[in-house]
Parts: sequence; structure tokens; C-alpha cells
Amino acid sequence: MKLRLRIWRQPGADAKGKMVSYVIDGVSEDASFLEMLDVLNERLIADGEDPVAFDHDCREGICGACSLVIDGQPHGPQAATTTCQLHMRKYKDGDTIDIEPWRAGAFPVVKDLVVDRSAFDRIIAAGGYISAPTGTAPDAHSVPVPKADADAAFAAAACIGCGACVAACPNGSGMLFMAAKVAHLGLMPQGQPERHTRVLGMVAEHDAAGFGGCTNTGECAAACPKEIGLDVIGQLNRDFRKAAARAA
Amino acid sequence: MSEYYTDGDPVADTKAPTGPINERWERRRFTGRLVNPSNRRKLRVIVVGTGLAGASAAATLGELGYRVSNYCFQDSPRRAHSIAAQGGINAAKNYRNDGDSVYRLFYDTVKGGDFRSRESNVHRLAEISTEIIDQCVAQGVPFAREYGGLLDNRSFGGAQVSRTFYARGQTGQQLLLGAYQALERQVAAGTVELHTRHEMLELVVVDGRARGIIVRDLVTGEVTTEIADAVVLATGGYGNVFFLSTNAKGCNVTASWRAHRQGAYFANPCYTQIHPTCIPQSGDHQSKLTLMSESLRNDGRVWVPKERGDDRAPADIPEDERDYYLERRYPAFGNLVPRDIASRAAKAVCDEGRGVGPGGLGVYLDFADAIGRLGKDAVEAKYGNLFQMYERITGENPYERPMRIYPAVHYTMGGLWVDYDLQSNIPGLFVAGEANFSDHGANRLGASALMQGLSDGYFVLPNTISDYLADGPFAAVDDDHEAVAAAKAAVNDRIAFFLGNDGDRSVDSFHRELGGIMWEYCGMERTDEGLRKAIGLIRDLKAEFYKRVKVPATGAELNQQLEKAGRVADFFELGELMCIDALHRTESCGGHFRAESQTEDGEAKRDDEHFSYVAAWEFAGEEPVLHREALEFEYVKPTQRSYK
Ligand SMILES: Cc1cc2nc3c(=O)[nH]c(=O)nc-3n(C[C@H](O)[C@H](O)[C@H](O)COP(=O)(O)OP(=O)(O)OC[C@H]3O[C@@H](n4cnc5c(N)ncnc54)[C@H](O)[C@@H]3O)c2cc1C
Ligand code: SF4
Ligand code: FES
Repeated sequence: MKLRLRIWRQPGADAKGKMVSYVIDGVSEDASFLEMLDVLNERLIADGEDPVAFDHDCREGICGACSLVIDGQPHGPQAATTTCQLHMRKYKDGDTIDIEPWRAGAFPVVKDLVVDRSAFDRIIAAGGYISAPTGTAPDAHSVPVPKADADAAFAAAACIGCGACVAACPNGSGMLFMAAKVAHLGLMPQGQPERHTRVLGMVAEHDAAGFGGCTNTGECAAACPKEIGLDVIGQLNRDFRKAAARAA
Repeated sequence: MSEYYTDGDPVADTKAPTGPINERWERRRFTGRLVNPSNRRKLRVIVVGTGLAGASAAATLGELGYRVSNYCFQDSPRRAHSIAAQGGINAAKNYRNDGDSVYRLFYDTVKGGDFRSRESNVHRLAEISTEIIDQCVAQGVPFAREYGGLLDNRSFGGAQVSRTFYARGQTGQQLLLGAYQALERQVAAGTVELHTRHEMLELVVVDGRARGIIVRDLVTGEVTTEIADAVVLATGGYGNVFFLSTNAKGCNVTASWRAHRQGAYFANPCYTQIHPTCIPQSGDHQSKLTLMSESLRNDGRVWVPKERGDDRAPADIPEDERDYYLERRYPAFGNLVPRDIASRAAKAVCDEGRGVGPGGLGVYLDFADAIGRLGKDAVEAKYGNLFQMYERITGENPYERPMRIYPAVHYTMGGLWVDYDLQSNIPGLFVAGEANFSDHGANRLGASALMQGLSDGYFVLPNTISDYLADGPFAAVDDDHEAVAAAKAAVNDRIAFFLGNDGDRSVDSFHRELGGIMWEYCGMERTDEGLRKAIGLIRDLKAEFYKRVKVPATGAELNQQLEKAGRVADFFELGELMCIDALHRTESCGGHFRAESQTEDGEAKRDDEHFSYVAAWEFAGEEPVLHREALEFEYVKPTQRSYK
């Protein structure tokens, strides 16, 4: 198929960016979206132009690296699907596709479609863990975890840290990402001792990193490729209120 | 043969303890020297890599009080390739009371590796396996549980006991997040300094010791020198030398290869694992292959049509015109034979012209029986996410039409040579995880890489590195030291070469072609003739690469083509060494199948008399030097593997 791509090109963090049009022909419907961009880049290199920079690694929906806003939607049109898992059979000959980077205050553009998401790492460093230094663990069976809790914790832990939730949020909030971690750890018995310090630390870092506040628009969950639900935000809010009241 | 390499002195693992096998690790911990807690903060350790091995090592060394600098090329440590592991992690907990034990895991791993690994190492791995599960559970890793709240286990990749712990199809992700969170905790505590989007491009060796690395900041392009008392490489495997593999796109051999060029031996490079259950290639645009978890073979049945060229839809092929070839050839293990055997069997039926799908390169993995027996809901509960992934990629619904699968390169057992302490032959250079060669011999069992990465990083390395660091801190090294300046100049020259080359072909076009040569001649089946041919082809293509490769833009910015160029340049040299290694090893063993060495019924035939050794290669330009480390088996006596 033949497509028109309009892609955000920005040479560097401080440079001005703009949308640039490319026409690409002979795209196979079995190709993935990123493979389609590979083909474009091969052509740009052959023409002596600078290829389009974009983040990717696993190309199977688990590392969280890929991060494109496609026709205004983070990760594109297919529900519960990362950019790298999107395939061209979703498109048809003659389509025009807009491709942009995540746009959020806390995620500055590095180049073209690549952004800096290190603020997510800082949120984790501010409490998104259970302190269990190597060698100190009791036998794994010493603390049974009810299956329902384990399953719910797992569902929250499935977050891949991609940042689509932030890109989708009109406020650029990192709430869904943060709440997924708070829920994962808070649902397990091992996570209880640090439950309150964890949520206070993470929220403070989230706000300091320049993410916006949460106004319950729900756009985040709709964009999330791992279907993290809004319920985790409810749990974060409850934990936060309790922890703040205690700290006061 | 001698036209390709020269023979060197044997090499020995001088750190391996003797005595009863179950006491060796304890003895080594007792005989190794310790570093006083107050001295640890005077010692700096560089850890390259943030996968399971690197993140667990960096976090643990930080907890112990060393000053750690940790590097990865991704934008976050959590994106290391370990994140993609699906199936599970082994541990000899015997929670199922089904006859498992440390000794059985040890035995299975030595046998599974086709008697090409070290008994001492493997036994240690089996011992530590149980501690890993405890550690991960304490960190909050959400392993699958049963209704009683206890951990669930499954049997995996042909094991006859259920010793695999898992977190749905995302075990690697959950284990890595545990290690990553521990790592970030140390970052906050100030013991670990993290450098993301940084790539190590050279090892710095001063007075015979590994003392640092040259890294490039991938965003600004700045090239800097980092000096430390010891360097740990946990930089993963090199499966991407084949271009198409199940590895993440960024996986590469550069860190290991640069160390190899500085003198570190590279062991058993030809031992690669081809995984039997991957989604077949769909066209020329293909950029990587996707693994379908091996757990699918627990319920799926593998078959092809009996007649060659039978292009009917699978549902139209009656039962008696199907060949369930694994069940037929291996009645005892059936669809659960080890990976190398399943892969070769798939290749054999496709070579006979009985393959299915595009190009005849595929076999069916059929769930119709399982759906009939267990119901669609039960199958969906077990494999739903995998089925969904398959449908996204192929556009076909595996509940209705059997999956098509084909083998793909998955894991590399070879890697930098290390002793029992995980130290390479360069003092101060330690290697952990898939990057070393240590525990899997010629074939890795399913769910054992995660175990090894975490064993190395959490438990082995933090204990063994102290014996080396006890002699530190080592003398300060200035930026203008001869060795440092030379290493840095080499990096800058190489970058300048790529950017300045007046070429007309992209890096990927070369990488794809190299991968094609490797797959054809150094893939599932290798022959003397093919390997010789491959070496010639690689040399020619390499010359062409340096003449014609085109890298656009500049070095002072994010330049993904430049990153790839360096990696592919190293893959060329590695590919050649893999072929030489495969050529010199005229036996078949594990994942290394030499067509000339097979039993009457087509199974791999080892030659213990001549090849019961580790091949440790020393870099010496075009003609590498072979150092042999003899393998001894006191406990598990080598037998011909049989899965009939
Ligand atoms: C699809 C798939 C599924 C798998 N499933 C399983 C499974 O179910 N069970 C199992 O046991 N094993 C499995 N494996 C194997 C297992 O995942 C890997 O062997 C293991 O995770 C490797 O871990 P590692 O820490 O050694 O390396 P990696 O996780 O590959 O990490 C390498 C690290 O090194 C860094 N790095 C590399 N080079 C440089 C450089 N030059 N400069 C700076 N940083 C560098 C990277 O940034 C990264 O952080 C699977 C593998 C694949 C491909
Ligand atoms: S919550 Fe969803 S969208 Fe947000 S980072 Fe996690 S996986 Fe991505
Ligand atoms: S590239 Fe890893 S999730 Fe898309």
C-alpha cells in the first residue's frame, strides 16, 4: 500500500520542530508499524537524509520503549496494543498518518520522536520498591498471599512504564503509572511496612518532576496498552490520604 | 583447519574448589578474602548492563557499600532485554514433592547442556536457585499462586518435575522490575550512580588489570573515560549476529567483543540456541522474530502434513494424513523434547518439503485437542495473552486455526570465559549473565537463564568480587595515561571513520546480509564445507562494509545509525570467530549440530574423547589462538542423550 506520513522532526532538545511529509510506497500489510518506519529510514539513508529517530527495543510489547502518538492517539488506534505491536493491516492504501512524540511537560523531546522519560525512574527511586536487601529473605512460602490479591497485584504490576498515560492526559499527569506501582506493592503483604512512606515519597517526586495533577479524565486508562484500570488511582488516593493524615 | 587458528596453552579454572560437590561453594566463600565494610566505600565498581544480571549485581554491590556506577544503552534500566523473558525461572524448591532436589536440577542441567559445562558451576547454580525465589518474593515479585496462597509451579521445556516459577507470560518482566526497584533504591541511597543512554565502547586495561571503560553519551555524543577498581560486564547475549532473532533490537556483542580484543578469552562462541516455537518470518521487512512461549508445547501438538506440498487448509487435512512427528519419533517426551531436538526436527520436515505457510518454513502447533479436552476457557486462561499476541502479529486466530511456528535464534550459551569467581582471564574484569559462558554448556534448559542471571548478580558475584577487591583500591589512573589515551583514541577514530566514510549502503542492509550467512551456514546445522564458505563470505562482506557503509548526520547528537554501525562492525568479527569455532568442533553437541557427526537416526553425536573441553579463544587478529579447558565429570557420567 501507499501511505502519506506526516512526522514530527526536531533535530535536538532545544531546536524547533515541525511536521514533515513523506510518501512511502509498497508497504506490506504484514509489516509492523515500526518496520514500516524502518523501510522509510532505509530510503532516507539512501537519499542522504537524516533518518527519523524513535525509541524501540523489544518490538514485542513488553519493554515500554516504543512511544509514538499516531493520529493523535498514544500507541495508535488499536486497544491494548503498543506501537511496536501495531501492524499495517490496520491501514489501507492512500491513508495519511500523523506521527508525533509523547508530548508532556515532564517528558522533554530529545530528538524527533524520542523523549526523555527519566522522571519515571526518579518516581520509582522515591519509594517504588520493597526494601529487601539481598540475602535477608525468609523462605518464599513463609507468607502465603491469597490468590485474588496476588492476581490483582500482578495486574497492576503489568505496567511497562511506557508513559502513554502521561501523553494521553490533558494535564500530563503520571498518576496511572505511579498508582499502578503503589497498587502492586500495596496489595502484597511484603509491601505493608513501607506502604505509607512509599506513597508520600512517590507523590512528592511526581509533583516535583513536573507532571500535572489528576482530574479523573480517564484518558490514561483508555490509552494504556496494558489495560491498567482507574481503580488503582482510587487506591492511591486512599493510601495517600491515610498516610498524609498520619504524617500530619 | 590450522589455516584459521593456532593452538595455545591450555587454560584452567584456578578458582574452582575441590572436594564434595555440595561443599564447594561454601568452601569458596570461606577461602575468598573479604573487604572490611568501612573500606568498601573506597572501592569503585563499574557495572555495565541493567538486565537481570547487571541490575541485581549493581543493587547488591550498592547494598554492601561499594561505590557503583551502572550503565545501560536504553533510556531506563527497566528496559533491558531481560524484560522480555516469558516462561519462567527454575528453582529446586521441590514444593511439589515430585522428586526434585538440588542434585536433580544439577544433574538435569549438566545433561541438558550435553556434558559441556562445569560440574562445580552448575551445582552452585542449583544450590542458589532456591534463594533466588525467596529473594524475589521478598521484593514483591507477583509470582503465580494457587488458591491456598502458595506459589504455583509448572513443568517447563521437557523437565519431568514441576520446578518452574512464573508470573503469567511475563516472568522476566516481573523479575527485572524487582531487581530494577532494588537498584533504584540504591540510587536514592547514593550508593549507585546510574547512567542511562550510555554505551560502553572500549575496555581500559592498565598494567594487566581491567580498570575502566570508555563510554559514549548517546544523547550528546560525548565520549568519556570512567575509571574504577573493577569492571563487571553484564551486557547480555549476541544472538543478534543473526540479524533475525528473538532478542530485542538493541542486543549486541560490543562490550564483550571490545573486552575480547583487549585480551579476554571468548569461550564456545558457536554454542547458540535455536528456539523451536517462534512466529515464522512474514516478509523482507521482517526486523525481528517473536517467541511464542515454550509452555505452549505443554498442550499444543506439533504436526505437518504427511505428504509434501500438501497445501490444503489445516482443518481439511484428516487426522491420518497428519504427521505428529515429535510424538512419533520421541514417544517418551513427545512434544516436550528439548529445544535443540524440537528445532532440528522442524527443520528436517521443512527440508523434506512438508513445511506449511509462506515459503514452507513453518510447522503447526495445534490446540484443537487441548480445547476439546480442557475447554476453550481453560486454554484461554493459560495462554490467552500468547494467543492474542500471535493474532496481532499474524492476523490469524489460533483458537480456530493451528498456530504456525518455526525455529529462531534465541540464546547464546557462549560468551566471555570466566573462572569459578566469574572473573575473566583479565584480572578485575568480571562477567555475569548471558554475557559469560559459564553454566549451560552446549545447550540451555528452558527457564534457566533467568536463574543464572540472578544467581550471578545477587549471590555469586557480590561474594567472589571481594577476593579481588581485597587488594584495592588500586593506584589512581589519569586521563592522560597511555592506555587510557589509546583506548579513547581508538573509540574516537572509529566514530570518525563511520561518519566520514563516503558510502552508499545502510548499516541494516549489511547486518541483514551477515545474518543471512550466519543462519544459512552457522545456524541449525553446520558442515565443514558450509563453514569454510561462510568464513570467506563474511570476510568479503566485511571488506565491503568498510568500503560502502553510510552513516548519516554527526556524532554530537542522538545518532542511532552510528550506534548500529559500531555494533555491526563487531558482529562481523564475532561471526567469523563463531564459524571458526564451529568448524574446529567436528563433533555435534547440544545446540551445535555438525551434519558429519550424527547417529544413525539423526541425533547429535558427541565426541568426548576429543572435545570434552571448553574452547577459549584469544584474540590475535585474523588467526585466533585456541586455549582448551578440559572438562571433568566426577558426578554425572557423560552418556549419549536420549529422549526416545
Ligand atoms: C523472548 C525471550 C524470552 C526468554 N524467556 C526466558 C524464560 O522464560 N526463562 C529464562 O530463563 N530465560 C529466558 N530468556 C533468556 C533470558 O531472558 C536472557 O538470557 C537473560 O534475561 C539475559 O539477561 P542479562 O542480564 O544477562 O542481559 P540483558 O537483559 O540482555 O541485559 C543487557 C544489559 O546490558 C546493557 N548493555 C549491553 N551492551 C552495552 C554497552 N555496550 N554499553 C552499555 N550497556 C550495554 C543493556 O543496556 C542491558 O541493560 C528469554 C529470552 C528471550 C529473547
Ligand atoms: S500505566 Fe499503562 S500507559 Fe502508563 S506507563 Fe504503565 S503501561 Fe504505560
Ligand atoms: S519496543 Fe518494546 S514495547 Fe514496543
